[in-house]
Amino acid sequence: MTVQPKIDTSPLVSDEIRKTTCYMCACRCGINVHLTSGKVSYIEGNRDHPINKGVLCAKGASGIMQVTAPSRLRAPLRRVGPRGSGAFEEISWDEALALAVSWMAPLRETAPEKLAFFTGRDQSQSFTGWWAQAFGTPNYAAHGGFCSVNMAAGGIYTIGGAFWEFGQPDWERTKLFVLFGVAEDHDSNPIKIGLGRLKERGARVIGVNPIRTGYNAVADDWLGITPGTDGLLILSLIHCLLEAGKVDLEYLARFTNAPLLVVEDGPEKGMIAKNAESQPFVIDRKTGQPAPWDGKGVQPDLGATYQGNRTVFQHMAERYLSPDYAPEAVASRCGIAADRIRALAAELAHVAFDQAIEINQSWTDFRGDFHTTMPGRPVSFHAMRGISAHSNGFQTARALHLLQIVLGTVEVPGGYRLKPPYPKPMEAHPTPHFVTAPGKPLSGPHLGYVRGPENLALKEDGSAIRIDKAFTWENPFSAHGLMHMLIPNAHAGDPYKIDTLFLYMANMAWNSSMNSAKVMEMLTDQVDGEYVIPRIIYSDAYASEMVAYADLILPDTTYLERHDCISLLDRPISEPDAAGDSIRWPVVEPDRDVRPFQSVLLDLGARLGLAPMVNADGTARYKDYADYIVNHIRRPGVGPLIGFRGDGTAEGRGDANPDQLARYIENGGFYQAHVPEEAAFYKPWNMAYQDWAVKTSFYETPQPYLFSIWSEPMRKFQAAAEGLGAIQPPDHLRARLKQAMDPLPIWYPPFGDLEASGWGYPVHAITQRPMDMYHSWGSQNAWLRQIRGTNYLYLPTKIWTEQGFSEGDYARVISPNGGITVPVAHMAALNENTVWTWNAIGKRKGAWALDDAAPEATTGFLLNHLISELLPDKGDGARLSNSDPVTGQAAWFDLRVRIERVDPRAQSEPSFGPIPHVVPQGKERA
Amino acid sequence: MTSLPVSTEKRLGLAIDLDTCVGCQACVTACKGWNDQGYGAPLSDQNPYGAEPSGVFLNRVHSYAVQPIEGAAQTINFPRSCLHCEDAPCVTVCPTGASYKRSEDGIVLVNEDACIGCGLCAWACPYGAREMDAAAGVMKKCTLCVDRIYNENLPEEDREPACVRGCPTGARHFGDFADPDSKVSRLSAERGGYALMPDLGTKPVNRYLPPRKKDVRHEASVLAPLLDIKVSGFVGWLDRVLGKI
Repeated sequence: MTVQPKIDTSPLVSDEIRKTTCYMCACRCGINVHLTSGKVSYIEGNRDHPINKGVLCAKGASGIMQVTAPSRLRAPLRRVGPRGSGAFEEISWDEALALAVSWMAPLRETAPEKLAFFTGRDQSQSFTGWWAQAFGTPNYAAHGGFCSVNMAAGGIYTIGGAFWEFGQPDWERTKLFVLFGVAEDHDSNPIKIGLGRLKERGARVIGVNPIRTGYNAVADDWLGITPGTDGLLILSLIHCLLEAGKVDLEYLARFTNAPLLVVEDGPEKGMIAKNAESQPFVIDRKTGQPAPWDGKGVQPDLGATYQGNRTVFQHMAERYLSPDYAPEAVASRCGIAADRIRALAAELAHVAFDQAIEINQSWTDFRGDFHTTMPGRPVSFHAMRGISAHSNGFQTARALHLLQIVLGTVEVPGGYRLKPPYPKPMEAHPTPHFVTAPGKPLSGPHLGYVRGPENLALKEDGSAIRIDKAFTWENPFSAHGLMHMLIPNAHAGDPYKIDTLFLYMANMAWNSSMNSAKVMEMLTDQVDGEYVIPRIIYSDAYASEMVAYADLILPDTTYLERHDCISLLDRPISEPDAAGDSIRWPVVEPDRDVRPFQSVLLDLGARLGLAPMVNADGTARYKDYADYIVNHIRRPGVGPLIGFRGDGTAEGRGDANPDQLARYIENGGFYQAHVPEEAAFYKPWNMAYQDWAVKTSFYETPQPYLFSIWSEPMRKFQAAAEGLGAIQPPDHLRARLKQAMDPLPIWYPPFGDLEASGWGYPVHAITQRPMDMYHSWGSQNAWLRQIRGTNYLYLPTKIWTEQGFSEGDYARVISPNGGITVPVAHMAALNENTVWTWNAIGKRKGAWALDDAAPEATTGFLLNHLISELLPDKGDGARLSNSDPVTGQAAWFDLRVRIERVDPRAQSEPSFGPIPHVVPQGKERA
Repeated sequence: MTSLPVSTEKRLGLAIDLDTCVGCQACVTACKGWNDQGYGAPLSDQNPYGAEPSGVFLNRVHSYAVQPIEGAAQTINFPRSCLHCEDAPCVTVCPTGASYKRSEDGIVLVNEDACIGCGLCAWACPYGAREMDAAAGVMKKCTLCVDRIYNENLPEEDREPACVRGCPTGARHFGDFADPDSKVSRLSAERGGYALMPDLGTKPVNRYLPPRKKDVRHEASVLAPLLDIKVSGFVGWLDRVLGKI
């Protein structure tokens, strides 16, 4: 045989490893960045990191191509030609900051609301929100309004925690896992690790999703549901469980508001009945008499009627036992056969009740009652963005939480577990703040949880205080704002005109807007020679489509060139058994004239003289963001990071520690505070957990609470719509408030369905992000774009064969808002009335340093053009957003279309002219 | 032409679980990242920002639609890389001896110093596992991370291929198929691991663990209603339910 060459099987891997945090999505995994001769040579997952445990997704492992992408902005830019022309000149940072201050300072002194500051993929919202509050504008939010506020708010208002990355199935104990909703990308590595663990243990996985890709591809069973009907399916499952008596009565009685009484009539109709001390109460089964809801030894009676008022349990059971929710009544609408719905209900009940588990761990509940064990129901649920991207998404998220609750499977072994600082009741969150005064900070944090109409952000005349109309009768619980309405409202001057639009990492001129083509027009529209939106400041690290529409560009660093903190004040990296936070630090220095945006904000704040950013003598209080991370004190003893405080040993609370960042770096970039074992489950009601949560700084006093099956805040709005109470909605919103603000989870058809019915739009059209792309970012990545550089509209077999499609064809896709012409492909594993494509693969020619002939810019396409940001005009002049009426979440997935086959072609339509390159087109990769 | 070893001491390879692979592409870029700076020439990319980007990947993941005779259509994600065949046609076809199979562990490698870039091996490989590097003019292929698995500069737990270390679902397993007690041998035995296209006689070392049977309803009997609510009314239902506490 051939003589084998001798090879070196032990080469030196690199000179040095620096451990920091990934930025390719909201997972925020730990990474080992290898450096060779001072340059990044290899990136792998950090095995010690709680989120990813060493693994890394396709995006994270391609980070080296992100850090070296030719699309990186290189220096501050000032527009010198018409907006959108791409005519910019490079300026110095001093010039750039002076220009920004010259625009912002007069606004602050006269009308702070004229600055609208919105951040897109921002991972520092507790910081950017703090800055906006100091500036004094009410107009601040991040991208949650067009992403997933329905799931966040639906969860907070129901169980005091949400899906997304804020909780997870008990992967080690669950026996049946049901995953709802389209989207592959979130909470990406933890879900993949969890699914792998379930497969290893032989646990069963069921997917409920119109599209069978990704996680659903490995599901043992798949229910290819019709988009927008998840809530109806879920309520039908609850119907079956109630009908059979398969609900966890003990759990409902002890841990939810099911035993509270609902006022039957009068001005307080529908409110939770209160005693003389204004406290809700229950009827004790032992005495038949009223007893405190949290009294020791009290056994709440689910079946009580007291002074004519019945329990929440009775209202709930009566509603869902209705034949309207029988599987036979919902089957055709959901696209799921009735016998399959009944089989799923039986399976849920079987695992929850016949295969119950128990952990031998004693604990004491908030009533002071001692429990010797922790019983568990090993059924768990998780949900992806898809269920919430509809105009009925908030109620759908609530319905799914209700299903979890009736099965007794939240915060129990084998069920769904929340991650600190959750569970946290809605009442422990702030209300929205919006009161402005020239030259003064805002009255408090912008975003919060509305308790009733008295919290709405309305002027005396009933018009909106916020530019996005968050916290109004149109969408009262808009806890994340409505970023998708920012530009349309600013352009329309509704509720008022603004002066300066300040955006960070938000590609609003392309994939992050509904009706993108129209938004581009709004950004360049002029009246009397002046832009309707007078000034636009944009910060991003890369040459996105939005850059061309800015007047001033503040170039950001990439994620390996900056400090960041992933904070418990914001979106931390906790696990059910540990609170966790982490940092990024500059593992390499930028080779361009760019600055980290957060440091730039602090500099701007100091130049503007914003109180928390200046010392008494007027000098800057913080040198840079790193200085802020270490030294900012939010509440006494509480700062952005919980680890290594005080003398370096304090956890959660303690003075600022100048060595804190060094200690984090030494520890691999993160910190974990571990939940004590007796506090691991039943957290909302477990005194050991409550005490630990106070100690670790999540709140100042224990906050035990009951899950809200009946939502009193919702009822307050519904009651107002019925004419009760002093604060009244406008008449044109009464009907939809009555429906949407139902205090019990309900299903109603998505607005898009109503709009489309009878008008010839029979097909649902949706998008999802792949696991290997982050929004629009992936296309500039030389490796990732080779994996997914083109997108198709996937057609189900029914449409494919009915219209005689064949490979290479295009389709004309028409919605009430317009049409697009796009390449198609056949996909069998798809709901038969649904088409879909990958999100944000399509790019505008000239952006992202790509060739104008790149497939992303020629055949690539967006569905955004088909989606109006407004509901159809009813002739009353009301500009109602195409959003969930509860939260204002953009209702992307309400889209209905019709499909017509057209012949193959070389280019998708609409095709926009190229935007001039603000950075040279990429040639070779690093 | 190049000869193969009669036998190898170990038969190192991968067991890839198709029941668990979600098609996330993590292994694809984990492989690209390591091997771009690892064994042999970097994995070059041509026109990386152009109209037709084309680069070398030693591991790719494809998604296939499967329509069973009965039941719903399925999506199968299928990672594809060198199978390190015992009877590797890519080795025997090599005119210079550059392609070879290591006698100690069975890894099929290319000695890039001897490779003339003729491409015969890629034609001979029925699995499409080899890719020519246009910049270096040499043939690239999966090395099973030969520069990781024995690498004394790496912690012991990291001495496995980059694709295995990075796989988020744990669908990729590395080990010695010559050892019946190894994890990969046991998994393959338990799960009916199969070789790709065995009729070609290439005797692949890698095994694919097939997807488990899907869309089988569990035989939980449908829930029986407690009583006929139409007859008993809601109050009757309530009494019945709460009587069970």
